[in-house]
This record gives sequence, structure tokens and C-alpha cells, in this order.
Amino acid sequence: MDAFTKRKIVNAVVLVLSTLAALLGLVWLFWILGTLLYKGLSSLSIEAIIGPPPSPGDNTGGLRHAIVGQTLIVLFATLIGIPIGIIAGTYLSEYGKGSRIANIIRDLSDVLMSVPSIVVGTFVYAIMVKPLGHFMGIAGSVSLAIMMIPIIVRTTDDMLRMVPPELREAAYALGATKFKVIKDVVYRAAITGIMTGVILSVARIGGETAPLLFTSFNNNFFTLNMFQPIASLTVTMYDYAMSPYKYWQDLAWVAAILLTFGVLGANILGRLIAHYKFKK
Amino acid sequence: MKKDFLLDWGFGKLAFLGALLILVILLSLFVVLYKESSLAIHTFGVWKFITSKVWNPPMEKFGGAPAIFGTIVSTVISILIAVPVAIGIAIFLTEISPYPLRTPVGVAVELLAAIPSIIYGMWGLFFFAPFMRDKLQPIIHATLGKLPLIGHWFSGYTPGIGLLTASIVLSIMILPFTAAIARDSFNMVPPILKESAYALGATKWDVMKDVVIPYAKLGVIGGIILSLGRALGETMAVTFVMGNQPVIPTSLLEPATSITVTLANEFTEADTNLYLSSLFYLALILFVMSFFVIVIGKFLFLKKVER
Repeated sequence: MDAFTKRKIVNAVVLVLSTLAALLGLVWLFWILGTLLYKGLSSLSIEAIIGPPPSPGDNTGGLRHAIVGQTLIVLFATLIGIPIGIIAGTYLSEYGKGSRIANIIRDLSDVLMSVPSIVVGTFVYAIMVKPLGHFMGIAGSVSLAIMMIPIIVRTTDDMLRMVPPELREAAYALGATKFKVIKDVVYRAAITGIMTGVILSVARIGGETAPLLFTSFNNNFFTLNMFQPIASLTVTMYDYAMSPYKYWQDLAWVAAILLTFGVLGANILGRLIAHYKFKK
Repeated sequence: MKKDFLLDWGFGKLAFLGALLILVILLSLFVVLYKESSLAIHTFGVWKFITSKVWNPPMEKFGGAPAIFGTIVSTVISILIAVPVAIGIAIFLTEISPYPLRTPVGVAVELLAAIPSIIYGMWGLFFFAPFMRDKLQPIIHATLGKLPLIGHWFSGYTPGIGLLTASIVLSIMILPFTAAIARDSFNMVPPILKESAYALGATKWDVMKDVVIPYAKLGVIGGIILSLGRALGETMAVTFVMGNQPVIPTSLLEPATSITVTLANEFTEADTNLYLSSLFYLALILFVMSFFVIVIGKFLFLKKVER
């Protein structure tokens, strides 16, 4: 066999193998998605969404408490995370540009982004739950906010840097202060990009379970009190999936599909905005 | 006018504080975890805790070896499975797939990376564990189990929940993430380099092997290390299917535990100070491990690629 034929054969083998690898990967992943759709949709009902929390052995009830709890936890996380993330990103891009401290903080922010989420959960347990003596919803929000901040910092920093310096200089030439330049020129130019980052960060943290296990914990009753344990879709899923009741396991799949739709919806929305913004 | 300058000054300071907060969070993560685990550190020491195999809460004996073993082994196996498949997907997406398919398949892979990990865990418990028990386990016994030396790693009959099941679920979980990074690295290869090789009569594989992979090497390795960091700290995908047995199993098919699994299952049940402190100790060890992995991946490899 000459070298040419050999190369062609090796080439064909590798191409077939990698196509198979791609197929295999996609098969696994679509198996998971298919299961989720099948199990989730077959149990999905109005009762399962708005019904009151179920009691053991009883085949009625729904996820109202968990849906509201999840929304509250993510809402408060966003309220804490957005201002801090944006302002820290602003510092990196506008004030500390090129300075040593800004570069160090930028790197540390990237490190913080990859800290295991369960470690963040234990940390917030130690600083909030342990001193105050009980689990509470707001502690869950703080955990999620800690995971959110580095993501927003990163996108804000990147987006602000894409604003052309000429815009800033034009505003300075008119006598504007730095704050005015940032508020009225830089933020306005970068607002879509920053919003995209915020939406993607919500998509990222919305499905997190581990940081909530020891912070917001779980609550089998409907509550709006963020200073008490509060249910979330994720922790409820974990508890219900592990429970012996068939109906609760079915509810866990409903929670799974609601959560996945929510997270994927936010993700796709963020991508669409980014796509249309940067195509122009 | 004075108000403007005051605002300007205040905003600058506020921005600095915001940035400083990141430093404070990261530092206090370390300090708080260290402080909380100091009781366990003083009781068991460092080396003894890492190597002791006994995890017995009622007897107040805590050793981290089973959890650390499970974390490292499940991470390594999941990387071994995920990386070849991920690179296959990346090759498919950049070189083989017809153009109209590239964007949809690529977006599908990225969206799969966004699915919450708990979904992978639930699927693992209800669908993959039975599949493992009924279909894969006999195959594994008949093939890998017959190998000399390492055959006993693949022996034993279990309900499908164990170290290998967890590793496989973990590998599926990190697959889209790894594939997306590998694809992005491959895409950064300048087309002109590839075209030059094709012009010399290279096959697709020749181009991959001699042009694309050498060029994208740093990015791919950095991506693999970041996936490793992700697998280390992943909790929900493995908690359902690991089995939570605080032992070092003799076979990969048997139930085991990992740091994250132990934390998820036992943290809220810890009833004594020493128990809780030992769990914080495990969290600290995980934090330190993933910190080094991230720093190596980000700053040794990806820094040279990015920006």
C-alpha cells in the first residue's frame, strides 16, 4: 500500500470516528432532553403549577410555593448582583484601565466565576445562616449573587471597552465630568451589551441547586418571607425526586421542565439580543 | 457645579469599592472556610485527615480520604470519557459538518451546556442507573472485567449507582462545555494556514493533525483544565447517582462518595461542631483544589490565547 492510499484511509477512519463521536455525544444529550420533555410534559397540568404544596401520600397539589420562592430568590440575587457587578466592571474599564490593581481584580473575578457553587453555599452558611441561627431565603439570594457578580463584571468590562474612546473625548471636550461621561455616554452606548450579560448571568444562576441547599434550604409551605427558609424549584426537585411518592417524583419532573424552559428561555433571549446588537 | 464634582468623586470611590468587593469576597471565602474548619484541622491535622479512610459521624471520627478519592477518580474518569468525544464533536463542527448544519448543531451544543446540572442528575437516577444495571454492567463485566490487573475494578453487581455511573453522568454534563471551548479554539486557526496545507495535498486529518491541533493546542488544553475544574466542583449531577457511601470502593461499579456529594447530603444534618467543622474542611480542600486547577488553566494556558 503506498503512502497516498494509507493517508486516505487514515483520513477516512478519523472522519468517521469523529462523526460517530459527535453522534454519540448528541445522542446522550438528546436522550436527556427527550426524557425531560416526555416526563415533564406528561405530568404537566394547571394543578401542578398553581396548586398548593402537596402533602405526603396525597395525589393533589403543585409547585406554587417553589415557583414563587424561586422567583423571589433569583429576583433578590439580581437586585444585589447587578449594581455591584456593573459598578465593579465600570471600575475595571473606566477608572483602573491598565493599572495593576484592576488587572489583579479582573483575574480574581475570573477565578471567582469558577469557584464550585457548593463552596459558595458553605461560605454563605458560615457568614449568614450560622450567626443568625436559621436558614433564610435571602441567604440563598446572596449565594447566587456571589456567583452572578463575576459574570456581570466580565461582560460589563468587555462591553465598556468596546465603546470608542472618541465618544468619551467628545464629551470631555464639552466639559463633562467623568461621572457624567460614564452615565450619559458610555453606559448609553453599552446598555444593550450590559443587559445581555445580565440576562445570561440570570440564566446561569437560575438553575443552581448546590448554593441553595444550606442557605435558603426548603419549605413545604407557601411563604413570601425572605428571612425564613423558602422553597426553590431546584431544591424542591431534589427533595421530591428522592422521595418515595410517585406523585412527588412527577412534580419533580414538572419542576425540571419549568426550570429548564426558564433557564433556556433566558439564555436564548440573551443570545438573540447579542446577535442583533452586534450584527449591526 | 460643586454637586457635579462631589458626584464625580463619590462615583469613582463607589466604583473602586465595588471592584474591591470581589477581592474581599474571594479572600473571605478562604478565611471563613479556614476559620470554620480550624477545629477539624487541629483535631485531625492535614495529612492525617487527607489519608484517613474512616468517616464515622456517630463515633466523631472524620477522615477525608473516601471523599477526596471519589472526587479525584470521578473527575479523571469523566475527563477521559468527555475529552475524546468533545474533540470529535469539535472536529465535526469545524471540518466535517456541511455549512448549513454548523450553526444549529453548534448552538444546540451550547444550549445543552446551559441545562441545569440537577436535570442531568435526575436523568441519571431514573434512567441511566437502571440502564447501567441492566445493559452496561453485563457488558462491562464481560469486557473490562476480564482484563488482567485492572479487572477487579470492574467487578461486582450493584443497583446501577456508583462511582462509574457518576463519572459517566459527569462526563455527559461537561461534554458540551468542553466541546464548545475546543470548537472555539479550532475556529481561531487562520483559514490561510489550513488552505496552504490543503494546497499541498493534505487530507482533512493531515490538516487537523499538523495544522489545526498544534495551533489550537494551548486553547484546547486550557479548556480541558477548565472542564476539570467544573467536574471537580459539580454537585447535583453526581449527588443522585454516587450512592453516598463513605468508603474507598474496590470496584468502580460500587457506590462511593465525593466531596460535593458528602457536603450536599450531610451538611444540614451535621449535629456536632466537629462534624460540621470536618465538612467545612472538605469544602476548604475542594476550594483549594479547584482554585489551583482554575489558576493553572486560566493563566498558564488560556491567558496566552485570549485578548
